[in-house]
Amino acid sequence: MSHHIVEAKNLEFSYPDATRALLGISFKIRHGESVAIVGANGAGKSTLLLHLNGYLTPTSGQVRIGDFPLTKETLQEVRRTVGMVFQDPDDQLFMSTVYDDVAFGPLNLGLPLEEVQARVQKALETVEVLDLKDRPSHRLSAGQKRRVAIATVLSMSPDILVMDEPSAGLDPRARRQLIELLKSFKHSKIIATHDLDMVLDICERTIIVNEGKIEADGPTADIFQNEKLLVDCHLEKPLRLQSCPLCSH
Amino acid sequence: MSSRLETAYYDLGRLDLLAEKDSPIHRLDPRAKVAATLVFIIYVVSFSRYEIARLLPFFLFPALMIGIADLPFGYLLRKLILVSPFVIFIGVFNPFLDREIMFQVGTFEVSGGWLSFISILLRFILTVGAALLLIATTGFPAICMALEKLGLPEILTVQLLMLYRYLFVLIEESIRIMRAYTLRSFSGKKPRYQVFKQLLGNLLLRTIDRAQRIHMAMLSRAFTGEIKTARQFSFGTPEIFYLAGCITLFTFIRFVNISALIGKLLLEAG
Repeated sequence: MSHHIVEAKNLEFSYPDATRALLGISFKIRHGESVAIVGANGAGKSTLLLHLNGYLTPTSGQVRIGDFPLTKETLQEVRRTVGMVFQDPDDQLFMSTVYDDVAFGPLNLGLPLEEVQARVQKALETVEVLDLKDRPSHRLSAGQKRRVAIATVLSMSPDILVMDEPSAGLDPRARRQLIELLKSFKHSKIIATHDLDMVLDICERTIIVNEGKIEADGPTADIFQNEKLLVDCHLEKPLRLQSCPLCSH
Repeated sequence: MSSRLETAYYDLGRLDLLAEKDSPIHRLDPRAKVAATLVFIIYVVSFSRYEIARLLPFFLFPALMIGIADLPFGYLLRKLILVSPFVIFIGVFNPFLDREIMFQVGTFEVSGGWLSFISILLRFILTVGAALLLIATTGFPAICMALEKLGLPEILTVQLLMLYRYLFVLIEESIRIMRAYTLRSFSGKKPRYQVFKQLLGNLLLRTIDRAQRIHMAMLSRAFTGEIKTARQFSFGTPEIFYLAGCITLFTFIRFVNISALIGKLLLEAG
């Protein structure tokens, strides 16, 4: 087992319409690390995430997940290892009931039925929505949908969780609960987000992507103190690190 | 227009809510309910086209279902009325086409056309009502899965399931588009053809994007082209009793002329 669980080597990618989305991105992520990927709209965050489970194939460069380079042959194994939670839970929850949705991945992996049931049970317990098991997905609240969406990948026992804007569209309490939930996970996490306050809570490391390149990569605490860097990349200091508007301390 | 769309949306949601209730009927294996409903429908449509009296006892079944499953009668009735124009259209010309006099009530002559029209209406209420009751006690997804277990090709059931799942997303998306349009069109009129075309195009593009994202989500969960479900149904004693009870009841109503029996009893008593 290699020391690094996700490795991107000089990734470049252009969309068919010749939009150059990634211009040579390299990073290594260790086991158990939580990494935030932040950047402006259109900086290439989502494109980058789609490379991590092989949905997009880089124009040049390579992705390694665990011990495998990402190729056609390793695709299924990589997709089991990398649990991808998409931004809109309505895209992720395509089956008609919560139970079927969470069982979808394990069934595709060809697991025996008892194992599938045990995994569904466990995944739903982990995100604390076991009581929603038989509900149709379209009748859930945004917070519930988000939790179920996470359960759908947990049931495949991934080593890495990749999430696109997990806190988007949640009310403050649902967001707080989600943060606590994500903190309790032992997986390696890669989170693309604009919610920098959440990054402070969850991720010890931050990668700033700007115009298809890595602008900065380092400990979250250091990066969020560098105001010039943040402003240059269309970001701003997390609210918690800004002075209080009422007493200006 | 948008408000009508929204009403339809919440109305559909209500049917889902009903299916989430808990009652002896709700708890039954969907296969038993699907089978019972099928037998019911086949019996109801198997009568000759002028039959009215012998259809009436069949109302016992929906009445029992509504009672046991505690369903809102008014709501279901409204749903029935909503679909009724189609059926009324099918039968409404019968009285003009079929003028043969079947019998007389006092001076009033009843033609075959009227009889068949009423018969069509009754059959419509019974069959569509039974289907509605099935959905309200079982839920659409469970019915699809039951149908698959009963031998319907998987490709059909998966299509139906997906259709149902994304019907809601599609309606929500349409509602948003219509809202945005209504808020910026001050005439309050329905969109002109030119505008409507664009709204529809917009919806189509959004749908294609959505389909692509869904496919992406499926692939990231190791999808290989076959949709599998782990749902297990249990066909136990309650189901056997229910199905046997229903079939016995329906067969009895179908082959014994209860209306005539009651009429005879009343005449003898009087």
